Amino acid sequence: MPSGMLGAGFPPETVDRGLALGADVIAVDGGSTDSGPYYLGSGTAKTSAAAVARDLRLLLRAAAGAGIPLIVGSCGTSGTDSGVDWVSGIVETILREENLTLRVARIYSEQTAAVLKERLGEGRVHPLPPMGDLDAATLDECTHIVGMMGHEPIAAALAAGADVVLAGRATDTAVAAAYPLMKGMPPGPTWHASKIIECGGQCTTNPRAGGVLATIDDDGFVIEPLDPAAACTTTSVAAHMLYETVNPFEMREPAGTLVVTDAVYTALDDRRVRVEGSRFEVADQYTVKLEGARVTGYETMSFTAIRDPHILARIEEWVALMHEVLAGRVSQTLGLDPSGYAVDIRPYGYNAVLGSIDPASGPPREVGVMMLVNAPDQATATAIAKIANPLMLHLPTSDMDYLPSLAFATSPAETERGAAYEFTLNHVVDVDEPTALFRIEIEGAPR
Amino acid sequence: MSSRPTLGELALEVRSKNAGPFWVTMELFMRTGEDYTTVADEDFINEQVVAGLYGVDPATVQIFRIPALNVVKISFPRPVAQGSVRDRDIHAGQHHVPLAALVPP
Repeated sequence: MPSGMLGAGFPPETVDRGLALGADVIAVDGGSTDSGPYYLGSGTAKTSAAAVARDLRLLLRAAAGAGIPLIVGSCGTSGTDSGVDWVSGIVETILREENLTLRVARIYSEQTAAVLKERLGEGRVHPLPPMGDLDAATLDECTHIVGMMGHEPIAAALAAGADVVLAGRATDTAVAAAYPLMKGMPPGPTWHASKIIECGGQCTTNPRAGGVLATIDDDGFVIEPLDPAAACTTTSVAAHMLYETVNPFEMREPAGTLVVTDAVYTALDDRRVRVEGSRFEVADQYTVKLEGARVTGYETMSFTAIRDPHILARIEEWVALMHEVLAGRVSQTLGLDPSGYAVDIRPYGYNAVLGSIDPASGPPREVGVMMLVNAPDQATATAIAKIANPLMLHLPTSDMDYLPSLAFATSPAETERGAAYEFTLNHVVDVDEPTALFRIEIEGAPR
Repeated sequence: MSSRPTLGELALEVRSKNAGPFWVTMELFMRTGEDYTTVADEDFINEQVVAGLYGVDPATVQIFRIPALNVVKISFPRPVAQGSVRDRDIHAGQHHVPLAALVPP
């Protein structure tokens, strides 16, 4: 695992080191939901093509040179079909430029509302907390829906002769687990090792030093950093089960649950850790988790700033007055009721980040005021932001008998942000075959 | 006049992050077993205290106490949908601050 995400970069010598240590497969995650619903909703990548190409060039050379497979999961950030095709296009260009002959498999994970509505009708779609039962209309509203594949479709592509597997949405762990499971390694240690290494160097004492090598055997696994100067400690490895997980002891995969309650972490030396006692409990029903995003509206942003101590001493009153006066002006000019749009006014420098749960108090020295307008179409969002413009420039507090002029950061003050999205699905679908929802395409010269 | 240290000052690290789009999770990494025992005390941090700090339903709060790591971990559903017009912390990476401001007995 050369890094936590394709396109994040890594020192080339760390990959050489992994090969020298005898790596059997290179696996890297290409995505995450962590940066928000925009990437799934729009089917575009968070990473730049140049950064992805830079990493892929090094990894394709390494895989070809060592004769080992390269697996990329959740291509294009969200794992949409467009994300797989985007990474596939980059790979094709590199293979041509480097004169490499590798067989590339693409695994598509995008789902249609029509098929999922059938499954829903059969009672085969279930909510995960904190969500409730799924409404069929929610499926229709999604711009993109992906299923998170387990290791099986990836293993199937490898078994069919692929040298490079470009997977759509996959669990972070499946990307690393596919090859060892295919080779018959035990599922407990394999899934646990895969979880520990999913973020590359995050499980080491120097997360920026590059990736890690996991070596799995019949009773456990050993984990070590690829950078000889970095170290894994029992704490740095065990603590990774906490990262971005609700429950640090149990993690559900499509085929079952990884249980690490009884895992024992032992330092082999000052930079390698051995883990034993991880278990994988096979579930009665194989499930595929769904992710979907829909458009919530279109947004326009405006930004001004306040330095006047008189207003800053009454900043909450000023924000409340802004909401009130703006709602009145929008009603007068556009005939719109506040239920037809949303305005968020964020006083950065005061309590914009935490709002009412902020433990600190007292007047700030200066405040940046971001106004975010969400409306059913872009023109309306911008019209509302423009109606707010004179207020963002001149709104006084109620005790002022003159108009202040506040500090716009840019001209124009408004920026159109386009469509805004939200995640709508947190559900699983029961399937009979692990590969059922995924489509594998393999091309290139057979070995 | 010196005041007693906050959790943020006592701990090695207090952090928060999304655990998927619908949950937020946070961890208190304490430096010593003694400090861990203090913060793991259910009279000090419990579901009600967390619910009060974050304005969430105590029935939805999950707390994991992990003595082997000197860690207390807290998870609850995200009160605001990730990336929505009201979401001001996309990664929920600054939501540890109210927890870190607590002063242990």
